[in-house]
Amino acid sequence: MIWIENLWKNFGNKEVLTGLELYIPRGETLVVMGRSGCGKSVLLKMITGLMKPDQGQIWIDGEDITKLTRKALNRTRQKLGMLFQSAALFDSMTVEENVGFMVSQHLKLSKHEIDEIVAEKLHLVQLDGTQRLRPAELSGGMRKRVGLARAIACNPEVILYDEPTTGLDPITALEINRLISDLHRKLQVTSVVVTHDMASAFSVGTRMAMIHQGQVIAHGTPDEIWKIDNPVLQQFIANENHHQDDDCR
Amino acid sequence: MNRQLSTQRQTLYDSRNPLVRFIDFAGDRVLSGISGLGSATLLVWETWLLAFRRPFQLNLLVHQLFLIGVNSIAVVLISGLFTGMVLATQGYYQLIQLSAEGTLGKFVTVSVVKELGPMVTAFVLAGRIGASITAELGTMKVTEQIDALEVMATNPVKYLVVPRFLACAIMLPILTLFAIVCGIAGGYLAAIILFDMNGLFFLKLAQANLFISSIIISLVKASAFGMAIASIGCYKGFTISSAGGAEGVGKSTTGSAVTSLVTILALDAVLNQMLHVIWGLQ
Repeated sequence: MIWIENLWKNFGNKEVLTGLELYIPRGETLVVMGRSGCGKSVLLKMITGLMKPDQGQIWIDGEDITKLTRKALNRTRQKLGMLFQSAALFDSMTVEENVGFMVSQHLKLSKHEIDEIVAEKLHLVQLDGTQRLRPAELSGGMRKRVGLARAIACNPEVILYDEPTTGLDPITALEINRLISDLHRKLQVTSVVVTHDMASAFSVGTRMAMIHQGQVIAHGTPDEIWKIDNPVLQQFIANENHHQDDDCR
Repeated sequence: MNRQLSTQRQTLYDSRNPLVRFIDFAGDRVLSGISGLGSATLLVWETWLLAFRRPFQLNLLVHQLFLIGVNSIAVVLISGLFTGMVLATQGYYQLIQLSAEGTLGKFVTVSVVKELGPMVTAFVLAGRIGASITAELGTMKVTEQIDALEVMATNPVKYLVVPRFLACAIMLPILTLFAIVCGIAGGYLAAIILFDMNGLFFLKLAQANLFISSIIISLVKASAFGMAIASIGCYKGFTISSAGGAEGVGKSTTGSAVTSLVTILALDAVLNQMLHVIWGLQ
């Protein structure tokens, strides 16, 4: 489904990605882990075409998106849905307008049909009846769920999650993790989750990849990841678990 | 190769020689200025291309026409009225020294129609609309809303810039007409109330000097000012760094208003030359 080949990206003198290689099979939920600033979010921005790599290819459904024109890229983007770290809801619009935005922009549907899609997606994220609210009236967890409803509005083949549980309390984070797993099961989509929250990573991931110094240093199922004898990976998992225990205390 | 170049540049920058540091600083400023001008030009070019490409989102345009036009009418009317009053007052004291106070109607009309009408309207809108466009788009940029638009396969230039650009280009001339009418009315009121002049004579002189070509020049200039205000407002909003936060939005908003004011003055000088000299409009 998504194949990333020899990806390089520098910001000034700082090398962020140095020949990153990654394959994400259709229907899998891949969790991308790594320390802050290791290039996880940059990778997501490149998959969505928001950022161009200095070198390398990103293949989505057999198309190298790094070489597409804007029009062709927008066609590919219609297969993607993305939940941003801050949810990135349009604050001048209601929940209904946010969720129905992509549908109203790209599908020729009546107002009634759009309303039905919005209600269905809001039901999937357990936010029935919030259509008329504005983003400023929502809690952090609700904003993420509206962001998720917006991401799945056009029935994407791939959903990208940028730090879906960051900034949420443990119970709300758990709800978001359950929602990601539920959506994966119900919609049968390919998902890429960028996070450094280990509880979230092991709860939602069917495959995991660890980025360190611009490259993937470990890749496998959650069970395989536990067994990989890589000191950087094991230290990361142990430290992140330790931080989460501290946070809970 | 890149690393070598950046190391060389770093060495130059670290030099203790003040001349080298000055050249480095000045060069950096000139390069970023040229780069900014290039990016702004590309944004305007893309806006023009997209303005004539389907789908035409009339609802967005109507919304902007309302925000930019209807919401600015009161402030434009008041500014126009007082400008006309001040102009008549100052003009009267100058003209009376030449025993030409009778031509006050002509003086006010020509000044308001040719210069002050479009300029005052543009200045008011640069502060009110240009700054607000930058603040709005800048906030959208730092909160990733513009990225969200792109990911949802919607071109931010088409969705955000085109309606604002067209609304400014359409509403500035209309508001300028209001400002002209109010400016002449302000001059008329000052003439009859403060200087006890014959109102009918003032209006006859005003009418006699109201040329259609002058009004066309004024409206063309106003439209160009509107395009400049919208382009600068949008460009400044789009180029805020995501890491800039609220401070970045504040700085860009101020920068937008200042750049718009300077650009309006420069554009006025250029357009006056073009419209009067090249095309011979009076």
